[in-house]
Amino acid sequence: MQLKHLLLATAAMAGLAGAAHAENVLKWGANRDIGSLDPYSYGDSFTINVLNHVYEGLVRYNKDLKIEPALAESWEILDDQITWRFKLRQGVTFHNGNPFTADDVVASLTRVSDETSPLKGNLPAYVSSAVVDDYTVDITLNGTYPLLLNDLTNIHMFDKEWMTEHDSLLPTDIGAGTEGYATYNANGTGPFVVESRQPDAKTVFVVNPDWWDEPQHNIDRIELTPVNSAATRVAALLSGEINFTNDAPVQDLPRLEAAPAVDVLEGVDLRTVMIGFPFRETLTTGEANPFTDIKVREALYKAIDLDLIHQKVMRGKSRVAGATVAPPIPGYTEALDDLPGYDPAASRALLAEAGVPEGLEFEFNCLSDGLVNEEQFCQAIASMWSRIGLSPKLDVAPRAVQSPKRTNGTTDIYTLGWATLPLLDSYSPLLQIFHSKVGNAGVFNWGGWSYPELDGLIDAAGSELDLDKRLALQTEALELVKDEMIMIPLHQQPMAWAVTDDVVDMPLFPDNKPRLWFARIAPAS
Amino acid sequence: MIAFLLKRMANAAFVMLAVALLAFVIFRFFGDPVEMMVNEQATQADRIELRERLGLNDSFVTQYTRFVTNAVQGDFGISYRNQQDVMVLIKDRFPATFELVLVATLISLVVGIPMGVITAVYRNSRLANALQLGSIIGVSLPSFVVGILLILAFSVSLGWLPAFGRGETVDIGWWSTGLLTPSGRAALVLPSISLSTFQVTLVMRLVRAEMLETLRADYIKFARARGVPTARVQWRHALRNCLMPVITLTGMQIGNLIAFALVTETVFQWPGMGMLFIQAVTFVDIPVMAAYLIIVSFIFVALNTLVDITYAWVDPRLRDDTARAGGANG
Repeated sequence: MQLKHLLLATAAMAGLAGAAHAENVLKWGANRDIGSLDPYSYGDSFTINVLNHVYEGLVRYNKDLKIEPALAESWEILDDQITWRFKLRQGVTFHNGNPFTADDVVASLTRVSDETSPLKGNLPAYVSSAVVDDYTVDITLNGTYPLLLNDLTNIHMFDKEWMTEHDSLLPTDIGAGTEGYATYNANGTGPFVVESRQPDAKTVFVVNPDWWDEPQHNIDRIELTPVNSAATRVAALLSGEINFTNDAPVQDLPRLEAAPAVDVLEGVDLRTVMIGFPFRETLTTGEANPFTDIKVREALYKAIDLDLIHQKVMRGKSRVAGATVAPPIPGYTEALDDLPGYDPAASRALLAEAGVPEGLEFEFNCLSDGLVNEEQFCQAIASMWSRIGLSPKLDVAPRAVQSPKRTNGTTDIYTLGWATLPLLDSYSPLLQIFHSKVGNAGVFNWGGWSYPELDGLIDAAGSELDLDKRLALQTEALELVKDEMIMIPLHQQPMAWAVTDDVVDMPLFPDNKPRLWFARIAPAS
Repeated sequence: MIAFLLKRMANAAFVMLAVALLAFVIFRFFGDPVEMMVNEQATQADRIELRERLGLNDSFVTQYTRFVTNAVQGDFGISYRNQQDVMVLIKDRFPATFELVLVATLISLVVGIPMGVITAVYRNSRLANALQLGSIIGVSLPSFVVGILLILAFSVSLGWLPAFGRGETVDIGWWSTGLLTPSGRAALVLPSISLSTFQVTLVMRLVRAEMLETLRADYIKFARARGVPTARVQWRHALRNCLMPVITLTGMQIGNLIAFALVTETVFQWPGMGMLFIQAVTFVDIPVMAAYLIIVSFIFVALNTLVDITYAWVDPRLRDDTARAGGANG
């Protein structure tokens, strides 16, 4: 009898001890998988975001999305104005135990800026880098450039020795059909270590006990599982098979909110949804293009009932926008956010004034797998335009089909969402969308406009190292964009994450990127 | 016979070439992979350069010839999306799809055959009518609806079975199996039921029709007259003679199931070949899409060719055309 009691007591204690060692597991159900374990191999922000748990950059965004030191402790711009000197943090080790030094920084920058690197556009001003001593690195740029730190937040640091050992000093090259070791293996300095990866099934990260920073999280293990189907993702959350998703489908939010064990985290994304015009001579129908006339653009703008779209299509969850960037983005001012006012009568008058024929046909290009409720708001806008006497032809199809039409200019009016990633600065849309198409600039200038005055402001901002002066230039440029109505801003779209109630703290970031090193879960019992 | 074999092989090869051509034509108009591969900050020059390196600027004939030449050697290039060898990707996903199809086939036989016998033997009973009615629902409900209903019932409400994924798997050589772990077996249940619903009905109806035919045959009457127990007559003598077409059908349907698994895999996030294909479509991952299409077609063509050859071997009349024309009268 006594022996039995003793055994039971021991078993109970063993059980308790087991409970104390139980792991805090975050089961993350994402809507897609990462492309690879190599953050340089695929120019995709979700992959880079997830791998940021494993790899780190010289600098990083803090909880308020302000830049703070990470693997570099401090930096200065040398007298030539184009060389930046970084002092590296000492005592940092990679997951394989190797120390992090200046050699690693140079090797990583060389790798990411290689000709065949899909990410070399993320470091546009980079020319070369050099080791000064073990913990000092100089980075030389092609001119004075104020946004290097913003760029570096997304450039992850690799271990040179590890890359040399595994023949991965250069990124994998799809064109040449070569695979790479880094696609399947990872070795960073970050808060989590990759334990295993099965593409499209499960990627497991475990906590890095030797992380150089003081952890704010209490997670032992992250299991990332892609669940593409929205219905299945919701079911998995309701049944507790996952306890976090960074993509709670908008149509299921009421159901998730009603569930007792699930919390929905809602916010407004930084992504501004806009509508762009063609500036070519003719429309796709072969007719003369009236949209180069600002009166016509204004007419189309005033014909859109932004409130109605906010209420009915976005279910009150979006933020109606007058500016082409969201309020938290540097360069934004309140004045930029003024709305034109819904006035279809004025629209008709403007169209008549501009001599636009009744029933003008043009294509309106939307994505079926793009922005939040894109198909619905496109339909709403098309019918609003029909009401002022135009005949928009709505063309909705997946991104894969629409992208070539947009970039080749074989469509007329189109939608575009821009979140200013990864820079988090208004310089991003100004350079990429609103600048004339020259060299590195104007890649998303699908309409093909050119405003020399605007280009001048953007170029000046791009080499202005004084923050206040630079932002003033950018604000001026944004004002010009607004006055000319180059694109029509509609809203910042809603975003929603969901967690089960064993996740006690999951900070929601407006750039829609989970940073799980800030997350806390209720200790497992 | 040799001439016949050669002819069938040439036919199969021709079909495969046509499939490859079709795959190529579709993907050429499908979209632009470069747009999906570069990120927001890439310049126009980067894009042009990437197009060049991927060989997308070459003429259609050059691209097609290169593709077929490589494909014959089993080289489908590397995936645009995750930069791995496409054959390795497909090889990794094949066990998942195969196990799903295998279990679904087993379910369709184990459930479908008895149901077919019951509906034939007790033709006008209430049970038979209920089963018949149920089978209509089985064929008319799309498998993704069945899948979502199963998830709602057994994962969300009851919490018995997982809603997605494959559970833990064990590697045996290059084959990864979920059959050896409890979580792997649990994960198999819902998707294989969902995939087999249509199949169960098909088997049941086939068995029923064959059984009705067989039960009228003389040797069944004789067996009954000899006093053999009814159950034995029905389940042994009659059923045995019904199984041949069922086996043929099941064999032929395996290709279909692999193709249909695509929908089930999407609903259940089953990491098989169908899932791989869907993801490839989203990202315009041309090497993966082309390889999937070709491999699935190859399975179909191979199965059909094998069946043709077997039939010809069994029935020599099928080997030459004159005999076949004569056979058509019979």
